[in-house]
Amino acid sequence: MPRDKSIKKVMVIGSGPIVIGQAAEFDYAGTQACRSLKEEGVEVCLVNSNPATIMTDKDIADEVYIEPLTLKSLESIIKKEKPDSILPTLGGQAGLNLGMELEESGFLKEQGVRLIGTTAQTIKKAEDRQEFKDTMEKIGEPVAASEVVHDVEHGVRFTNTIGYPVVLRPAYTLGGSGGGIAHNETELREILENGLRLSRVHEVLVERCIAGWKEIEYEVMRDAAGNCITVCNMENIDPVGVHTGDSIVVAPSQTLSDKDYQMLRTSALNIITELGITGGCNVQYALNPDSFEYCVIEVNPRVSRSSALASKATGYPIAKVAAKIALGYTLDEIKNAITKKTYASFEPMLDYCVVKIPRLPFDKFITAKRTLTTQMKATGEVMSICDNFCGALMKAIRSLEQHVDSLMSYDFTDRTDDELWKEMEIVDDRRIYRIAEGCRRKFSQKKMHDVTKIDLWFIDRISYITEIERRLKNEDLTPELLREAKRIEFPDYIIANLNGKLSEDEVKQMRYDNGIVASYRMVDTCAAEFKAETPYYYSVYSGGENEAEETSGKKKVLVLGSGPIRIGQGIEFDYCSVHATWAFEKEGFETIIINNNPETVSTDFDIADKLYFEPLTKEDVENIVRQEKPDGAVVQFGGQTAIKLTQDLMEMGVTIYGTDAKDVDRAEDRELFDEVLQKTGIPRAAGGTVFTAEEAKKVANRLGYPVLVRPSYVLGGQGMQIAFNDEEIEQFMGIINRIAQEHPILVDKYLQGKEVEVDAVCDGTDILIPGIMEHIERTGIHSGDSISVYPAPTIGDEVKKKIEDATIKLAKELHVIGLINIQFIDMDGEVYVIEVNPRSSRTVPYISKVTGIPIVDLAAKVMCGHTLREMGYKPGLAPEADYVAIKMPVFSFEKLRGAEISLGPEMKSTGECLGIAPTFNEALYKAFAGAGVDLPKYKQMIMTVNDKDKPEAVGVAKRFKALGYKIYATRSTAKYLNEHGVEALWVNKINQESPNVMDLILGHKIDLVIDTPTEGHGDKTRDGFLIRRNAIETGVYCITAMDTANALAHALESEPDKVTPVDIAKIDRR
Amino acid sequence: MKAYLYLEDGTVYTGESIGSTRESISEVVFNTSMTGYLEVLTDPSYAGQAVTMTYPLIGNYGVTDDAESERSYVGGYIVRELARVPSNFRCKGNLNDFLKEQDVPGIQGIDTRALTKRLRDHGTMNGMISTVKYDDLAPIIEKIKAYEVGDVVSQVTCKEPKHLPGKGKKVVLLDLGAKRHIAESLNERGCDVTIVPASTTADEIIAMNPDGIMLSNGPGDPKTCTGIIKEIKKLYETDIPIFAICLGHQLMALANGIDTKKLKYGHRGGNHPVKDALTGRVYISSQNHGYVVDTEGLDPKIAKPSFTNVNDGTNEGLMYTGKNIYTVQFHPEACPGPQDSAFLFDRFIDMMEGGL
Repeated sequence: MPRDKSIKKVMVIGSGPIVIGQAAEFDYAGTQACRSLKEEGVEVCLVNSNPATIMTDKDIADEVYIEPLTLKSLESIIKKEKPDSILPTLGGQAGLNLGMELEESGFLKEQGVRLIGTTAQTIKKAEDRQEFKDTMEKIGEPVAASEVVHDVEHGVRFTNTIGYPVVLRPAYTLGGSGGGIAHNETELREILENGLRLSRVHEVLVERCIAGWKEIEYEVMRDAAGNCITVCNMENIDPVGVHTGDSIVVAPSQTLSDKDYQMLRTSALNIITELGITGGCNVQYALNPDSFEYCVIEVNPRVSRSSALASKATGYPIAKVAAKIALGYTLDEIKNAITKKTYASFEPMLDYCVVKIPRLPFDKFITAKRTLTTQMKATGEVMSICDNFCGALMKAIRSLEQHVDSLMSYDFTDRTDDELWKEMEIVDDRRIYRIAEGCRRKFSQKKMHDVTKIDLWFIDRISYITEIERRLKNEDLTPELLREAKRIEFPDYIIANLNGKLSEDEVKQMRYDNGIVASYRMVDTCAAEFKAETPYYYSVYSGGENEAEETSGKKKVLVLGSGPIRIGQGIEFDYCSVHATWAFEKEGFETIIINNNPETVSTDFDIADKLYFEPLTKEDVENIVRQEKPDGAVVQFGGQTAIKLTQDLMEMGVTIYGTDAKDVDRAEDRELFDEVLQKTGIPRAAGGTVFTAEEAKKVANRLGYPVLVRPSYVLGGQGMQIAFNDEEIEQFMGIINRIAQEHPILVDKYLQGKEVEVDAVCDGTDILIPGIMEHIERTGIHSGDSISVYPAPTIGDEVKKKIEDATIKLAKELHVIGLINIQFIDMDGEVYVIEVNPRSSRTVPYISKVTGIPIVDLAAKVMCGHTLREMGYKPGLAPEADYVAIKMPVFSFEKLRGAEISLGPEMKSTGECLGIAPTFNEALYKAFAGAGVDLPKYKQMIMTVNDKDKPEAVGVAKRFKALGYKIYATRSTAKYLNEHGVEALWVNKINQESPNVMDLILGHKIDLVIDTPTEGHGDKTRDGFLIRRNAIETGVYCITAMDTANALAHALESEPDKVTPVDIAKIDRR
Repeated sequence: MKAYLYLEDGTVYTGESIGSTRESISEVVFNTSMTGYLEVLTDPSYAGQAVTMTYPLIGNYGVTDDAESERSYVGGYIVRELARVPSNFRCKGNLNDFLKEQDVPGIQGIDTRALTKRLRDHGTMNGMISTVKYDDLAPIIEKIKAYEVGDVVSQVTCKEPKHLPGKGKKVVLLDLGAKRHIAESLNERGCDVTIVPASTTADEIIAMNPDGIMLSNGPGDPKTCTGIIKEIKKLYETDIPIFAICLGHQLMALANGIDTKKLKYGHRGGNHPVKDALTGRVYISSQNHGYVVDTEGLDPKIAKPSFTNVNDGTNEGLMYTGKNIYTVQFHPEACPGPQDSAFLFDRFIDMMEGGL
């Protein structure tokens, strides 16, 4: 069927802020789909509240709206833009829900707009628990015994008929939010109550627990003519019970016979056919390991995290093909973009093995429960490709950048056998390391399988890795042993460590002497059956042919990606990497990307001229450097992952484009930076560098408490804390030093003022500052967790001038070529520097989009020798834009049981959204709306603030009172408020008798909790912690800083009658 | 023990010996299926061929009950890595032991991707698997080049007729090297199936008074089956509905003066898209063939193409004009591979019932 010519203008809905369960994969899918639509001459109108995405670029869509993903805002955009169609299947669950709501309300019909891709009926059949169950029953596909319930008692009654344990799955929630496994009635009641609250339709599925079965997924495509194919199947190493997003996944399946494989494949095709999906779809199965019995767990009628993984694992661009199908094409009309000869109507065949490992945030949230359940907790993931499973697993482990590099990275040697057996039952992110320890102790593989339910085949492979460990430790290193160790991807330095006699360099030399070098293989969708055109490579050490293609003859640039998405290093760095790649391409370079994150745009095979899907470690990068011999590398755009490799790259003889590494050092190294400041005459908070707790206490006492304690060379303020006394110093230093420190720790006097941030581009002579951003929260809260406003609303012209001057001086002194990010404190008109980062920052996409100044592009071009003036930009601080843009952080606390939610110097947000409007009030309103803050509902709130914040709390309370809020407060807060003329109802603390504050929260009638933590940081039993956690877990909005509370009051006070959507694609301010 | 794969173009791959250590010359082909190694090993159509598996991890679920025939007829087996500990609830043993027991020589640990690319670029070649290291290649190569698959149908067909009772239509299946699942697919649908040796004459078949005749898959160059082609021509002349798969499809074509030709490197795997000429629908099919029916200049009065391969446009099926004869190049019986075209067996039953 040829393309449907009646489709001329399509609205694509993105997925909004990055949260756990909905991350960069939708930027990848959306970007790919938009490009695919534009390729067909379709006008694309994009809506997404997330400014850090590539899809919200004017290069990607014709109209770009960074607006809240709410019905109201979408309706106004549809009225303004008049698209003829909406493609809702690319923006994850968020996009899909919105598409459905627009359709169900009749708005689309009224406006003459239709949903393309997949129809509303189809979505409903797949998403609505009851309809799904009925549909599966109709076609004879088994589902686990289950029942949809709307109240707890019903759930308990049903469970009594099928028996414990049961799995609880709330309808329409993200990443399995609010779900879990209940083993008894107490657990059932607790999880069910929470799940009902979190579900948009107040609905939870109670299901027979099939934990321990194999979890298998199929990615399926279908076109409107009914042709179906499966792109890929995947096997979770972690059996059913762990959310697939938190599981280690291997593609293709390893332990399924053709009978098993085809049985599930046929089922998947039957399901997609019955549902009538046109586009991509994901089907998850539980397969009984002891029979052919299986159950359909879930169907996602849209692109998903798994489809991104499947696309990267096979080279089959699911989102691109889905977009073409939405336009009416059939699979046999769509060309296979990798072979360029065959068509999309085939099934990819892999001749390698792919392993995905989730990136879990337990290094950030040390109080959070580490157990893995059906509720997803990972912020991101890494993928690796190798020609054997052990090698792929080893590569994936070292790609995580979590201080892990082998199966020895978590040490369980101090456990007795009994203890280890006991711990083997724990389902968390360290399980494979425990199994490895069990293998080292020759525990029975069968017994380990019985305990963990992880398939024997995987256990044997883990065992094999430990056998090689043992041989490396006990035997002399022969070329044969070295060859085998490298084949399964032991890094040189680990081989050297295990050997104990040879150095890393000697191991490397021995490799070269014996011809044991990495060779590159191509991902080609077809196991070499057809010649492929796309240079998408992975490395193997097993010898054989090297397929990495010869060079074009152009100059070559290596762009280092930013690895897995984690708190503090998110999608914004992928935005920077991709834009830098495009800019270098325009400059005539051959571009080469190295990255290992399957969710991102940068690892799409047609972004750079060559893609190396590899870990970002010294050895892996060096192999690519030897292969490609690049003229230079850029490290400014890939976050800390790339910056960390600067020294290594230089030692390999690679030129670093942009700011010199020694100048980067001068900005990062405390003492060198002090010299820079002295020279430029710019003040900063007094402080010192230390290595030990004793030194830290000495410095702190000299400066006077409070002080800011933080490790150097980190991103996202990891390990950063404000200490108020010696005890806390001891505590923080202990936490920081749990991970080995090569760099000193900084102790600074803590200054409380307005925090201001700039990003600038410098060409060596001139500096362009697109704008100054001011944080709503005062210093002390990490910049990534602060609400940030552009243009700075409360900073005077004089201070702005000071900031401009300081930026210019610092950029010049540090000889910056490219990007620089500086954070300042404005305290009573005096400007202090907090830190200088001579690289791209989290705010780069935001400031680029709102000012229309493409600073990544400019940065790449100045690295190539262009000047800002030549490109048409006037140096200095650019005139302020006509719009106010407010960046709002978004958190995923509800997904992380036990995580401390109060904000501080260590970053905790997972994503952000933007409110952009002609006025501050409207922008602020949009920013809160975009972050999902939908108030007022019940107009009841709880306040419990620390003594320091009490005076300010009065003002906040007055404002909410004026908005009609009824205020509950704990004893001292209530007393203080009442004494200062604001009526507040006193409620008991948690451990006091009912009704207490907890009963109030669990009564589900509270809109908002304002809880500022007591100074110092505490244990998990404190009231404040419990109040905050319970608020979050029952879906109550919770604020932990007075400034944020004031901002919210402001937004509620000035809710605009009408919101004006702003098309940022039309902003260009050269 | 080391093993070597010598190709007729002089390339030598060094790996480790698996299975039998006997020396064996065969035609080297590759199969891209990621599962179903046992079905591949026991598919009689591979007689005289050494199979390279492009998927690198083979034997993971061990040996199960999924054999497609009594034994393995492959001339050799070439893999990247054979599993040490297989795992599956139906697993009865490991693949290396199976290869030994079946006397199949094999090699593991070689760059199977490079080998596949070589076969793709140069076309299917002969090769020899041996545990002996030969330094003087010239005489070896001569020997390898001289090898011909020849008439292998007679080696793989059953010796005695076999009967699968059923209450439905009576089908005679001419065994040219049939995979077990062809008979089973019919029998599962209620057919009473009699499997007869390839040497069975048309008259003998007709005398059995079947409702339909099924011509199976099988190994080798179809043009070497001159005797069988003649018998098939006689079957064509009757009004008995006929359904044919793979070699059977090629032989029916040859019987009607339609030519066959050798493909450069064949189609072997479970991901081949075939398009139904009538409906435009595309099905993913299981395939295993080195020869193909040449439909250039096909006389529509004799037959019309019913299926075409989406990748390379080659013929995948014929519908004989004015006849109840339907033949396909691919494998609707799957095993290994997708079951998408299993409905063709239903169509055959409809045909026998006069519905088509």
